Amino acid sequence: MNFVLIFLITIFSLSLFFYGRSKTKSIAIEKNIKLNALPKFYGYYLVLWCSIPSLVFLLIWSLFEPVIIKSIIIETAANQGAIFNDKNEANLIYEKIKAIHLGTYFGDIDSILRESALAYAKFINLFTNSKVVLIFAIVIVSVIYSLKKINKNNKARDDVEIILKGLLFVSSLIAILTTLGIIFSLLFESIKFFSVINIFDYLFGTNWSPQRAFVRDASSITAAEFEELKDAFGFIPLIAGTTFIAFIAMLVAVPIGLFSGIYMAEYASLKIRRISKPIIEILAGIPTVVYGFFAALTVGPFFRQIGENFGLTVSSESALAAGLIMGIMIIPYVSSLSDDVINSVPQSLRDGSYAIGATKSETIKKVVIPAALPGIIGSILLAVSRAIGETMIVVMAAGLAANLTINPLESTTTITTQIVMILVGDQEFDSPKTQSAFALGLTLFIATLILNYIAQRAVKKYREKYD
Amino acid sequence: MTKEQRLKKRHNAEKRFRFYGLASIFFALLFVLILVHNIFSKGSSAFMKTAINVEVFYDKDLLELELGASEEEILEADFFDITIESLLKVYPAKNMDEEDALIELFTTDAEIEIKKAFLNNKNLIGKKINLEITASDDIDQLHKGNYPRDLPEDRRRISNFQLEIYDVLVENKTITKNFNNYFFKNGDSRDPEIAGIGGALVGSFYSILICLLLAFPVAVLASIYLEEFAPKNKITDFIEININNLAAVPSIVYGLLALQILLATIQLPRSTPLVAGITLALMTLPRIIIPCRASLKAVPPSIREGALAVGASKFQSVFHHVVPLALPGTLSGTIIGLAQALGETAPLILIGMVAFVVDIPSTPIDPSSSLPVQVYLWSESAERGFVEKTSATIMMLLSFLIVMNFLAVYLRQKFEKRWN
Repeated sequence: MNFVLIFLITIFSLSLFFYGRSKTKSIAIEKNIKLNALPKFYGYYLVLWCSIPSLVFLLIWSLFEPVIIKSIIIETAANQGAIFNDKNEANLIYEKIKAIHLGTYFGDIDSILRESALAYAKFINLFTNSKVVLIFAIVIVSVIYSLKKINKNNKARDDVEIILKGLLFVSSLIAILTTLGIIFSLLFESIKFFSVINIFDYLFGTNWSPQRAFVRDASSITAAEFEELKDAFGFIPLIAGTTFIAFIAMLVAVPIGLFSGIYMAEYASLKIRRISKPIIEILAGIPTVVYGFFAALTVGPFFRQIGENFGLTVSSESALAAGLIMGIMIIPYVSSLSDDVINSVPQSLRDGSYAIGATKSETIKKVVIPAALPGIIGSILLAVSRAIGETMIVVMAAGLAANLTINPLESTTTITTQIVMILVGDQEFDSPKTQSAFALGLTLFIATLILNYIAQRAVKKYREKYD
Repeated sequence: MTKEQRLKKRHNAEKRFRFYGLASIFFALLFVLILVHNIFSKGSSAFMKTAINVEVFYDKDLLELELGASEEEILEADFFDITIESLLKVYPAKNMDEEDALIELFTTDAEIEIKKAFLNNKNLIGKKINLEITASDDIDQLHKGNYPRDLPEDRRRISNFQLEIYDVLVENKTITKNFNNYFFKNGDSRDPEIAGIGGALVGSFYSILICLLLAFPVAVLASIYLEEFAPKNKITDFIEININNLAAVPSIVYGLLALQILLATIQLPRSTPLVAGITLALMTLPRIIIPCRASLKAVPPSIREGALAVGASKFQSVFHHVVPLALPGTLSGTIIGLAQALGETAPLILIGMVAFVVDIPSTPIDPSSSLPVQVYLWSESAERGFVEKTSATIMMLLSFLIVMNFLAVYLRQKFEKRWN
């Protein structure tokens, strides 16, 4: 139905373009007046007025129609005497009703379901009919309005440009909408989570075992269960595991990234630079799932083998393997940014140092790096924020159980791993377990936001210093 | 310490420092090589499959089919008996256990393969024909040399009797390696020998297409607004800060956003390329806007002023002159953003693309998988055959990424104007 409507609107708009163009031409000849814009702009003007309001309406309608119909149908089913205890059962009944309507349901149909299916058919019909009528009304009204404007010989080019400028502005607003959407969706579930679990139990608890939170409606929890839940969601082991793996990653990424950044900025000839820079950047272009596969199937068992040779027990999901591979992934983030930063240190500083007899490496160590330090720290912070937000490497190569450990050979888990583990497969909304994933997401979002803010400020301040 | 000694020490330090830098770059290079070598050596064998030559007799009585039977009759007919009969002829088995072991050498889809051969040539009834029946995963891995045969029998998945048959087959040259068309054609399966990335390829294609259709126009329009029209005020600053922050938000957070807004609130269908495409578009948008703005900024003001001087409106100067000049940079930024989106896994896992999907999706609202998610799914499987399948999927994924990146570089170098 929607496709037919969009098709009709498109065809009608296009024909209006030609109509508007020739109409204004004939008006100009008939009344012997000078048009305020080229005839084609009158065509564009009609097209915009015909299509935008109706398409926007169609989009909004299509977004809300299923939700509204669903709530109406569940209510009518309840009035008919259908019994459901929670949201999931209500959803199930709704799906059944829908399937009956579409003729794809093969189970037993009782009178309640049959009545509801009839009601569903009725509402679908009603909604579709009113949608079509309303869209036609909108098209007619907006076309009449714009035709009137055209007949008055308006400044069509200016008007078209104002409309298009509005369109440009709206598309730049999508970034804000996305941010709002993220904040809303994380906060919404997190608030529900923190209404069951005390925020301090979450922040300072040392035990993370969400599987203890049985899949159950959060609103009907008994006192005993509540006690059980209270220390199932301790955040400490997760943040410890996350920072630990990120720390190992930085131990790999910072020296290698920094040294290659320095080499490329200070030593490398143009030729070497032209080859080595893209090669290092390949590391950032490889999908993280590939690193995860490599870490889990090659590096993990390899470390385990080496450990066995030395008589050590190395978990095949060790923090070391995950951290090492993550560090390699992050090298280009450190190297390209520090390369840029070092390049923008003014040459006069280096020349001063050479003039008093320092070697090149002494100049770099004593003059260039101190001068570039805020920028370098900024680039390292950005890399840290990448490391703690990285998901696939740790999901595949790090462990699942929350271990509070500082032994890099043992397995440990991270925030992102837990989010994936909780939400993979079928989830039940309204269980504290599912909601905890959103609380973790919120924590992760805030942490990366703070890191990025500090890093961007550091880099910006540094840039201003030498500009 | 004399002056010379000190100088020598300093120069040695200089050399060491230089060496560290070179060693770091060399290490990064070495790692790329190791990774690529590892993936290729594991994955290249997945493009071949092992098949065993079997003489199939389409027995009229066992099939209960007449010459000239219709398509539906054939589809409904039971090919199980003639499949077993044909497979047992490969090697003389003495008892039931040995017969089972013999049949285990073949894929579970042997019956379907025999039926398909019959559908292609309906005159085969009552006739004999030699068919290449796909071997089971274990035999496949053994034949490719990925499976050690010198283990004790109780630690092997292949029994001594099966090895005996295998050796006879090799001697008779009835076991062959063919091009693995299943790998590209089939959807996912629990059996590695018939599992393929067909579904994942289509799913990834739809997701990236939707991502492109949504993200590209919005990103271009938004960057045109911010670069050319936006007044310097608080709202513009706020939008810019937002875009920069969004580009650094971890991708898994977009998965949570999609789960809450697209799936729970708007109730779009789970596990579909439609939802994946929208999620990836939201994620890619800020990453495209940044290079788009850079390429608009690179167009010198003289172009705009020239257009304005001959009477163009601000709009005309932007859309007729600035945008076409910035287009190569815009396109190459978009392609790189899409390449990132193609490799993205975490948000897709959260929107349920990890579901086990056998059918190849025909529309963007059918449940489906995608290439990186398929890598994740198969890497969790225990069967040996999936290791080579996973590596081969990674090879496909990496080659798509290489093509996209080369396209981006080519566009930029070929069409971008240098303003000096």
